[in-house]
Amino acid sequence: MDSVSDQTTPEYKKQSTFKKKLYNFFAEVYKIHLFIVRFFKEAFMPPFEFKEVIRQCYEVGVRSFTLITVTGFIVGLIFTKQSRPSLITFGATSWLPSLVSIAIMRALAPLVTALIASGKVGSSIGAELGSMRVTEQIDAMEVSGTKPFKFLVCTRVLATTITIPILATYTGFIGLLGGYLNVAMNEGTSYTTFMQQVFQPLVYLDFTASLIKSIVFGFTIGIVGCYQGYYSNKGTEGVGKAANGAVVTAMFLVFIEEIIIVQIASNFR
Amino acid sequence: MEKAKVEIDYNNEVIRIRGLKKSFEDFAVLRGIDLDLYQGENLVVLGRSGTGKSVLIKLISGLLKPDHGTIEVLGQEVNNISDKNLQELRIRIGFSFQNSALYDSMTVRKNLEFPLVRNRKGISRKEIDIAVETVLEAVGLSQTINQMPSELSGGQRKRIGIARTLILNPEIMLYDEPTAGLDPITCIEINDLINEVQQRYKTSSIIITHDLTCAKSTGDRIAMLLDGQFQREGTFEEVFDTNDPRVKPFFDYNFIK
Repeated sequence: MDSVSDQTTPEYKKQSTFKKKLYNFFAEVYKIHLFIVRFFKEAFMPPFEFKEVIRQCYEVGVRSFTLITVTGFIVGLIFTKQSRPSLITFGATSWLPSLVSIAIMRALAPLVTALIASGKVGSSIGAELGSMRVTEQIDAMEVSGTKPFKFLVCTRVLATTITIPILATYTGFIGLLGGYLNVAMNEGTSYTTFMQQVFQPLVYLDFTASLIKSIVFGFTIGIVGCYQGYYSNKGTEGVGKAANGAVVTAMFLVFIEEIIIVQIASNFR
Repeated sequence: MEKAKVEIDYNNEVIRIRGLKKSFEDFAVLRGIDLDLYQGENLVVLGRSGTGKSVLIKLISGLLKPDHGTIEVLGQEVNNISDKNLQELRIRIGFSFQNSALYDSMTVRKNLEFPLVRNRKGISRKEIDIAVETVLEAVGLSQTINQMPSELSGGQRKRIGIARTLILNPEIMLYDEPTAGLDPITCIEINDLINEVQQRYKTSSIIITHDLTCAKSTGDRIAMLLDGQFQREGTFEEVFDTNDPRVKPFFDYNFIK
């Protein structure tokens, strides 16, 4: 047993803080695990909240549509512009459409969409549920015979999982449009030729991997936003923390998932 | 308004609590509570802030789990029933929250419709409209039907919160600090509304408060929560007929003696 003097040493305190942090970390991981399990248990059990899922899909889509359109277009335009000098060196500017399409369809479109949605949708879900928790609206739902988890969490997670792949596909085409504008201005390539060159290097796996990636990103953004909001601490500070936590955690996880999925997809090439 | 005489059935306990204990980390909030609520009765639970009054009604409605003891509501033990039965039991209990807990994103009409639509499957549009109009009329706020909660005053929000619970015709009402943060005139209106609900809807209620005016005008019986236990119980006069230093300042402050 430690003596009293041992317990007051800086080394002991440091060790004890580390143990506490480690314990809290694993406790949090376990809590998230239970949250995800609960989602799968409740989301696919009747009664289904179809109306609310559709309403949430609309909310997610509308909230991010303008931002995604502008960002997707600029990403396509800038990427094409910045890639040109390198290709000019090798006299390979004709490869630009293929390069742009591979970059956008394989990586940029799902990633840019997920990052924008993390900021726009994730934070909004975190803040909304956090504020509902703080003002006892979630408790009010529970005592009035409604299952708040099913109504608030399941619908939002399903909505992000469904909508973000659709938005990512849209971002891809808008990005290609940005790329086309740059190519057309510099090389005078026609739209038909550009599109033929764009789809030439793409294979079925590229679309499948991108789709799976977007579904995973959508699920992550929804579940992280809901988790942060649903378990937000009391007080207005908790709402801010929930919104912030939703964005930071979702963005971090999106990058981790990107690496993992890219690695798995590479094994199939 | 003077509280009208109500019929209380002292042979019929709608809530029966025995040996209830609840702690948060190392702090014991409730330390062995025994409590009965009789059919048709308004029971006021008085106590200082942080003594566990709100915790008590959250335990009754199953929002919190007790560490020890039993809570029987309408013949069912709250912590020993399935989720489905708990959900059905909750429909029979109305819970009026301290800050009203109205859904910010919905109009007054949608707020009132929400519990009805979700719990009465197959209910027609006409029936919903009638139910909404009836409860709004009962709380005297028919004109607010299309307003958002943010457009309402504190007193109006409280009334709508109560109306939202009444729409399911509950047998038991739990009021958490119904007059907190309201001006004296609005407090009187809310007290009258609580009494009106008791008579019109034949509810049995637990009213959590530290407002003695509210306690005096709504309570058929008062129970005072001190140090995690009910130390004094009876009529308003019986509870405050004491020199107990934990109780007397309460009375003196409220009635400015």
